[in-house]
Amino acid sequence: MMQQADPGLREDLMRQPWALWWLQAKRLTQIELRRNLFSWRASWIYFLAFIPTLIISIHSIVDPHDPTSISDDTQMLASIVHLYYIRLGVFFGCLGIFSRLIRGEMIERSLHFYLLSPVRREVLLLSKFAAGSATALLLFVTATLANVALIYLPFGAAGRDYLFNGPGIEQLEAYVLIIVLACLGYGAVFLLLSMMFKNPTPGALLFLGWEAINPVLPSMLQKLSVASYLRHLMPVNIGVKGLIALLTVETEPVAGWVATLGLLLLITAVLLYSCYRIRTLEIRYTTE
Amino acid sequence: MNDLIVFENVSKFYGEVLGVNRVSLTIPPGITTLVGPNGSGKTTLMNLLTGLVQPSSGSISVMGLSSRDANKFFATVGYCTQFDFFPRDITGWQFLVDSLMLYGMSKLTAIQLAEESLQRVQLDKTAAWRKIDGYSKGMRQKIRLAQAIAHRPRVIVLDEPLNGLDPMARAEAMALFEALGCQGIHLIISSHVLDEVDRIADRVVLITGGYLIAEGNIHQVRQEVREKPMQVLVRCDRPEALASKMFAMNHCVEARLHPDGKGIFLRTGDVDQFYSILNVIATEGIVKIEAVAPADDDANAIYQYLIGSDGGAL
Repeated sequence: MMQQADPGLREDLMRQPWALWWLQAKRLTQIELRRNLFSWRASWIYFLAFIPTLIISIHSIVDPHDPTSISDDTQMLASIVHLYYIRLGVFFGCLGIFSRLIRGEMIERSLHFYLLSPVRREVLLLSKFAAGSATALLLFVTATLANVALIYLPFGAAGRDYLFNGPGIEQLEAYVLIIVLACLGYGAVFLLLSMMFKNPTPGALLFLGWEAINPVLPSMLQKLSVASYLRHLMPVNIGVKGLIALLTVETEPVAGWVATLGLLLLITAVLLYSCYRIRTLEIRYTTE
Repeated sequence: MNDLIVFENVSKFYGEVLGVNRVSLTIPPGITTLVGPNGSGKTTLMNLLTGLVQPSSGSISVMGLSSRDANKFFATVGYCTQFDFFPRDITGWQFLVDSLMLYGMSKLTAIQLAEESLQRVQLDKTAAWRKIDGYSKGMRQKIRLAQAIAHRPRVIVLDEPLNGLDPMARAEAMALFEALGCQGIHLIISSHVLDEVDRIADRVVLITGGYLIAEGNIHQVRQEVREKPMQVLVRCDRPEALASKMFAMNHCVEARLHPDGKGIFLRTGDVDQFYSILNVIATEGIVKIEAVAPADDDANAIYQYLIGSDGGAL
């Protein structure tokens, strides 16, 4: 039976207009990128991404850099990524970017133009996700690169040596991977939440709470969290105490590739369910 | 591919609220007007046709296509909704070209079609370069219409397309609809004012309360309406005397005093005779008549004729 079904499925897949879908996806992504990046409404996301960069810049201007403090600054950078970007900056930035993609257009009553276009709804959703991801990555990865440069380059030769010949470059790669996965993970979740709830903010706050208590949950439930995967990818352990330590507890050490794959699987599952949701989405602006 | 739009026993409920109920309808090419009062189910019917909402039961086919096959379906169908909203910070031109580019056409073709479409709706190209946020209601209506027809669809669905247009723009729009209708395509127009669109329509579909109450050739439906008694409001100094005279001449089937007591609603089965008799009464000077006006020349009145005075005879 399977041998008979497979060629049929393959034939069916081959018949689909993949080239047209790809072209539509590229054009939709361009349109959405333009809206996401070049509007006044995006300004607070720029603020969220670059506020640490601004603070580091001010420090690098007013504080002279002692070469022996590289390890302190490395700790500070790790704290910024872990406690600010993952918990707040990327979280709320993605909430703003991804919940606007579908829900924002329903509130502005302009989503019907897309639903009346000759674009398959799954292609529409994935293109919007791609545009949102590109926006978030552009802002937060740029900010991370700028942060690294602003922290290490003022140390002069010692900073360059740490960055290019020491552990700096590996740490940078890990931070970029973490930011990329955080943007994709939070993005997928917020895109789905925005389709499920008229106001995704309470859902997002619940999700924030879930992410916060996740380290103390059973290991099965830990797999349903974005931050729990990211924690395992952190290249530098941050030594924090008190309540904040709860956010950084590592309850079950996991290999980096397992964490990456696990998060990618979670993102895929969330996107598949979002595709199902958009297939049945109806335009009823009067109830918005 | 057939050339019919077919609704088969279609119902749509929004929770417990009825959108449309058990609608079965076959629409051939030409101009079809959907007429009904506000909230009658016209927009639901159009949204169902274009896949913006899904039927609770029944099925819809547009020239053999389903809205689930978006690529083919929306290459065939164009829908100008009555939602007066657009993506923010976008020019009319950008709006048109962006929409066309999603059909997979080249930028050059998209630009040519956008220009053609702007010409058809008579919207100046320099106006199209401005942001839609600054458009008047009429201009927004035109750019929506331009977007709906730009890809040369074979089925055009227009929800209250004359709303917000000044008399000149209305005349231009009507001429455009007539021209589109002559091309053998489907043009489905909704309106709550029957007289506005019946001049150019081949067929009319009357709907109220989510129920289809009449459909067919426009002349047949109008004839059906004409055979029903018509109500006229006569403003005069002695409404009771006028009613008594009218009933004596056997030309009234119903009389109802106006709430202010300075007029009377008279229902007659022969409106031409009614006006002749009214002229005689006015000449006699028994009653001083100040004004006469049809009290039910709108769609609501037609529904009352067709479905009963309480609107709930179905």
